[in-house]
Amino acid sequence: MVKVFIYPATSLILSDMVARFGHEPLGSAIGIRERIQTPGIESPPLQITPEEPKKGLKWAAVEVPSGVRGRMAVYGPLIEEAEAAIIIRDPDYAFGCMGCARTNELIQFHLRHKEIPLLDLAYPTSDEEGVGFVAAIKEFLTGLKTEGSA
Amino acid sequence: MTEKVRIAQLSCGPEYSGVQKEIYDAAAMVDAEVFFPDIALADVQQGFSEFGLDVRSPDLKLAIARAKALVEGRIDADAVFIATCFRCAEAAIVRNELRRYIHENSTLPVVSYSFTERTTSGTLLTRMEALTTIARRRALLAREEQEGITMGIDSGSSTTKAVIMKDNEIVGTGWLPTTEVLKSADGVVELALQEAGLRFEDIEAIGTTGYGRYLIGKKYNAQLVQEELTVNSKGAVYLADRQHGSATVIDIGGMDNKAITVQDGIPGTFTMGGICAGASGRFLEMTAKRLGVDITELGPLAMKGMEDTVPMNSYCIVFGTQSLVNALAEGSSREDVAAAACHSVAEQVFEQQLQEVDIKEPVIMVGGTSLIQGLVRAMGELLQTEIVVPPYSQYIGSVGSALLASGFIRGE
Repeated sequence: MVKVFIYPATSLILSDMVARFGHEPLGSAIGIRERIQTPGIESPPLQITPEEPKKGLKWAAVEVPSGVRGRMAVYGPLIEEAEAAIIIRDPDYAFGCMGCARTNELIQFHLRHKEIPLLDLAYPTSDEEGVGFVAAIKEFLTGLKTEGSA
Repeated sequence: MTEKVRIAQLSCGPEYSGVQKEIYDAAAMVDAEVFFPDIALADVQQGFSEFGLDVRSPDLKLAIARAKALVEGRIDADAVFIATCFRCAEAAIVRNELRRYIHENSTLPVVSYSFTERTTSGTLLTRMEALTTIARRRALLAREEQEGITMGIDSGSSTTKAVIMKDNEIVGTGWLPTTEVLKSADGVVELALQEAGLRFEDIEAIGTTGYGRYLIGKKYNAQLVQEELTVNSKGAVYLADRQHGSATVIDIGGMDNKAITVQDGIPGTFTMGGICAGASGRFLEMTAKRLGVDITELGPLAMKGMEDTVPMNSYCIVFGTQSLVNALAEGSSREDVAAAACHSVAEQVFEQQLQEVDIKEPVIMVGGTSLIQGLVRAMGELLQTEIVVPPYSQYIGSVGSALLASGFIRGE
């Protein structure tokens, strides 16, 4: 079993796929709702206090906006824990979505610079691409399993 | 109990910054509730495409879609609060454009704020209070004439002022430096009563404003206890005789500055700042002290000087003071230094605050600093307009309070 960081971290579909192939998904335990009644698209499930942006200083300097640092306090430790990662570029909001573009850039940067197996995929725009998309994820996750059990 | 004012929040980042609770708390203090306009995910894509601002952050796209829903009347709200992270350029653009969009296309009062994780409910309180006042007391703010005998007390960070008005005329004034809040208030009330030739019992209604408004309001049983944003804008357009149409009110205070756009006497958008005293009246007070003149003499002194000859940047009061000392040590004249100090304060206010409101003429300067001619001149040069300084401009908060308080005589 490998700990796989998923991006977008809110994607329940990716989270489910990772779990189905016997790995542990690292992401946020929230899905994107069809109607948004919360402050942000991916409002945190727990109360974040002003301490989180300070903890986020480990991953982003003080001149970085507090919202980025607060998010990094949540995702930074997961990135450190990750043994593999899947990044889906420009996903549809319904697939999974994270509210701050600057944090998204920083998360992807950290994942790409971590020497772990990484699947970097564009979100499919047609049925045909969709089939290839799922196949690519399956192949990546199966490969991880092989490596893990070797 | 009055009905709660419903404030729609358009934001990016407050939860992950840990300040959402502070926003809720500030709203609760003024009996308002913050809500998030309920829209569908599909509206987010459509909203920002139609708005035409293609930002990258989904939460900013959500804010745009929510603003559109408010302007188009699909969501009911009494006021709008826009909040994004401090130091985010993308968010600053959205914040600015949304504030303008809502202001131009609806009657909703709107205020914006850029927060850090250190933002507290106390910092947000005055802004929330102003928002709810505009939403809740439109009828009161529509008052254009003072009636009966009323008094306004303004307890500022530097000075305390009182004004007594009778039948739409100012009949008594009092002005003292703020030391002990209540003691200073008692002093100015006595001065104003003496000048007016009236007894305290003659006063029919009292309004208080400024930092000490709650304490003084309690002591004097004031009918109106009101933050200075609405009171000052009302007082400014009243004294400048610009109660109809648009105007911009600038108040450079001892501790913070206010820039307010006003439409028919009612504030539309406003900013309130004061991160560093270098951009406030406090720096000018220090300058006067260093030059060995009374603050009242600084203005005329500055009018005789040339600010260009002295490099000065009071972004930070410590560095500003350093420039001041260096300039004098290098032989600059007191006149030039005074002019440079005025220019520097005007420039800080211009760069840090006036970019956030749409300046509409006439520009009215009020508060004690509006008596410093050098500062008024510098602001006029920066804004390229003739600044209006109404009579009694230093008593603006007191006049606004006395004017609005008269609405309580007959229980409006």
